[in-house]
Amino acid sequence: MKARVHITLKNGVLDPQGKAIQHALDALGFDGVDDVRQGKYIEIDLNETDRAKAEANVEEMCKKLLANMVIENYSIDID
Amino acid sequence: MKSAVVTFPASNCDRDMFVALEKITGKTPHHIWHQDSEIPDVDLIALPGGFSFGDYLRCGAMAARSPTIRAIREHADRGGYVIGVCNGFQVLTEMGLLPGALMRNASLKFVCKTVHLKVENADSVFTNQYKQGQVIDIPVAHHDGNYFADDETLAELEDTGRIAFRYVNKQGEATANANPNGSQHNIAGIMNKRGNILGMMPHPERLIEDAQGGTDGRGFFESIMNKIN
Amino acid sequence: MTDTIWNNNPEITDELVKEHGLTSDERVLMEKILGRTPTLTELGIFSVMWSEHCSYKSSKLHLKTLPTKAPWVIHGPGENAGVIDIGDGQAAIFKMESHNHPSYIEPYQGAATGVGGILRDVFTMGARPIANMNALRFGRPEHRKTRHLLSGVVEGIGGYGNCVGVPTVGGETNFHPSYDGNILVNAMAVGLADQDKIFLSAAAGVGNPVIYVGSKTGRDGIHGATMASAEFTEDSEEKRPTVQVGDPFTEKLLIEACLELMSTDMVVAIQDMGAAGLTSSSVEMASGGGVGFTLNLDMVPQREEHMTPYEMMLSESQERMLVVLKPDRVKEAEAIFRKWDLDFAVIGEITDTGNLTLMWQGEVVADIPTQPLADNSPEYDRPWVKTEPPAVIDPESVAAPNDLGETLLKMVGSANLSSREWIWQQYDHQVMADTIQLPGGDAAVVRVHDTDKALAISTDCTPRYCYADPFEGGKQAVAETWRNVTAVGAEPMAITDCLNFGNPERPDIMGQFVGAIDGLREACTVLNYPVISGNVSLYNETNGTGIHPTPAIGGVGLLKDSSKMVTIAPKHEGDVILLVGETTGHIGCTQYLSIIEGREEGAPPPVDLELEKKNGDFVRAQIQNGNVTACHDISDGGLFVALAEMAMASGMGINISLDNGDIPMHAYGFGEDQARYIISTSPANADKILSAADKDNISITKIGTVGGTSLDVQDAFTISITELLDAHGSWMPHYMANET
Repeated sequence: MKARVHITLKNGVLDPQGKAIQHALDALGFDGVDDVRQGKYIEIDLNETDRAKAEANVEEMCKKLLANMVIENYSIDID
Repeated sequence: MKSAVVTFPASNCDRDMFVALEKITGKTPHHIWHQDSEIPDVDLIALPGGFSFGDYLRCGAMAARSPTIRAIREHADRGGYVIGVCNGFQVLTEMGLLPGALMRNASLKFVCKTVHLKVENADSVFTNQYKQGQVIDIPVAHHDGNYFADDETLAELEDTGRIAFRYVNKQGEATANANPNGSQHNIAGIMNKRGNILGMMPHPERLIEDAQGGTDGRGFFESIMNKIN
Repeated sequence: MTDTIWNNNPEITDELVKEHGLTSDERVLMEKILGRTPTLTELGIFSVMWSEHCSYKSSKLHLKTLPTKAPWVIHGPGENAGVIDIGDGQAAIFKMESHNHPSYIEPYQGAATGVGGILRDVFTMGARPIANMNALRFGRPEHRKTRHLLSGVVEGIGGYGNCVGVPTVGGETNFHPSYDGNILVNAMAVGLADQDKIFLSAAAGVGNPVIYVGSKTGRDGIHGATMASAEFTEDSEEKRPTVQVGDPFTEKLLIEACLELMSTDMVVAIQDMGAAGLTSSSVEMASGGGVGFTLNLDMVPQREEHMTPYEMMLSESQERMLVVLKPDRVKEAEAIFRKWDLDFAVIGEITDTGNLTLMWQGEVVADIPTQPLADNSPEYDRPWVKTEPPAVIDPESVAAPNDLGETLLKMVGSANLSSREWIWQQYDHQVMADTIQLPGGDAAVVRVHDTDKALAISTDCTPRYCYADPFEGGKQAVAETWRNVTAVGAEPMAITDCLNFGNPERPDIMGQFVGAIDGLREACTVLNYPVISGNVSLYNETNGTGIHPTPAIGGVGLLKDSSKMVTIAPKHEGDVILLVGETTGHIGCTQYLSIIEGREEGAPPPVDLELEKKNGDFVRAQIQNGNVTACHDISDGGLFVALAEMAMASGMGINISLDNGDIPMHAYGFGEDQARYIISTSPANADKILSAADKDNISITKIGTVGGTSLDVQDAFTISITELLDAHGSWMPHYMANET
């Protein structure tokens, strides 16, 4: 199974990289960009066949290492 | 004072920290390797600067999950002293021993320069050899030193005297220009509630003899010694 | 030789040989060495080994004429880096190398891997790297790519050097239209070793195991070495996928693991895999030791699937080394690399055949005699024409500016003379806690850890001088590093050279190369300042336009007592300012002419090497006996710019009164006569220095004192230090923020 993990900054946490990207998009003439937030995307190959187990496992990975719960949220897709 | 310096893969200020502790305490510090589950009985454990695990994923994240971390936590729980400088500060926040997080500098660029710090609380284990409100010069060198915490945490840090150092100008004012990385409240270093753990982005170990351009970093180490002896 | 070598192999057509950058004569030579048609893998190996980058085929005839010996030189050119004796059984090991083409295509990774590569050259020899330096040239600031390239290169140098924990202590950065299509990224590394722990690449001991350590091999940078030897065309921007990606985290682990390995007695020979990776490292180790290598390519740690022998041999994946171990020490060595989480694989052994024999899936895929491959590589005496030096410009013929003060502000706030703080703040210049002179002075100074000694390092070249007159320019590049190292109080020891030129197949360009080498040779000889390592980068040319000839020089000097070091910043009010050397107002080829008049004309200032030596030896002696409080050499921008730099560095004013005789003040103040220094000293010591100068027949003049808050030159201008700092400090940040 493959797990796809998205890690994003929590609302309210300053994201200087996102701000810089927004600024650059502005400069390139892309109108109507209200906000940009930069995150991380991680792909994990699992040798697990049970979907629920896989989900629980990746959830643990996120909490223990992949995301910093002080500043980040995560979401998991499994297929 | 007995001390130990932890080395993670790609720590790179471990030698500098070791040398500073040796010069100032007169005793040879112990080395702790990131895989050591048992650590020597010491008064102080120092987590040095560097790019542990390449700063990949998040600065300090993987170091904070090293095998040796459990022993360091136990040392701290017993009231032992722990300092984290630069990457070490990042590790301490990732371990949850200090609140908040260190984000990418507001400039998005690595910054290496000497900054002015104000000693905000001279009544701590780590600062008692400085004067309250004293402005000292210490170098910074980091890409991710932008201190972030939620409002509640910030208020608590402020109200309980747990901000050890703040970035200021020559006159001691915490201005935006004096802030090298965008840290909230110009925070450069903080302590835990119990007062036995400190994390800071600037490098006191780089300024302990005249040849290095000054000795303002000595007071930091001498403060800890003063508490032990 | 089995028949299988001929199977699964495309026909080696003339076209294929040409695509590999080999001429038909070179093909004949290759087939003579092999005694048959090459396999594809062999063709690849010959093509990288005989590329300009690896074989120095256009340059070696001339390089051989450079002085490389002195009693303090332990290893000169030919090893991974040069080695000098710095006393007490210690050695300094250093080299400078170019990473120009990759940095133009992908500035961050190009510059980062440039730093990684030069560090490996140094720690391969057993040295702990203690300082990084660089010499960077970009196109004119207005060029559409310059900002992006500068930003990426600086980030790449910082990203790599900061992570590995080696301080980047200085360098130089210039802008000029001749680099619009070919930037130069020259990186230098300096390391420290004990003389009895220096490791070389020559393999020995038939049956000894050959070990691969570091990162895995991928398809990175295949043909990087041949790319570095080809002229650019517009479509080379499509070469992006061939640029290697650096991993400074692995490099840091590799440094620690290799130094740990080398602290034992297990290593017979060691060599990093630089350009042309596994090919050049194995060929150099085998040919250097007069032995053969059999490698089993199935054992090479691979990052990608289905890699062919051709790809493995030509891959330029970074952070890899090849080691020959003593027999029976494999397990012990492996434990060290496992501890640092690095790949470790026995991939072959030493044989007595003298051949590089490559096995893959049970077949021989290449079998090349290494000695002729390395030693009989082509060598060309390319036709060249001498560059005729332009006429000397009479200072009287250059009109005076309306306002000398405004002119100085314009100069210090120009692209080429403004502060580089924006750059060096992005480099950790203090890690290792031994940096005792920060960037911004004449030379960077790092202590030799735990001793009173220190090394002074400076990288210099003035390409506009070299373009006008390669011979004088070549002399000047060497002399300027010598002067910069002297100006901090150090004894100049040796240099590394990084020779960046255009297409050597053009006689005018080859003439620039030959002229510059002649200049280098003369300066090194007179100053007793040998070349101990270096690198040549040719074909820096886009659509037929070559760069200015740029023989970048990295000079290293020794301070036996680091407490005697001085900086450019005067220390005390009332100190006396002395000018050492003759001022004739040489205005041709100066920054003044370029910035203020928009002209690049005239002969560059002549370099009188005997005078350089005399003045430099005098200044150094005065610094070492403690008479001097600050010292600055006079180079780009002349006397006025040098004085401004001293005032800005100290924050103290300087009051000057000049006797310029019949030389126009703008020529006197901005002329770039060589062999000059400004020193500050206490009034009491000033008399001592003046009488010592008198005795040694040194030209010296008292020109002013330290004090106040302005740079004041009588009958010329008064400018506050705040104004100077503002002009000097704002150009680069504004430019990079796209505000200029």
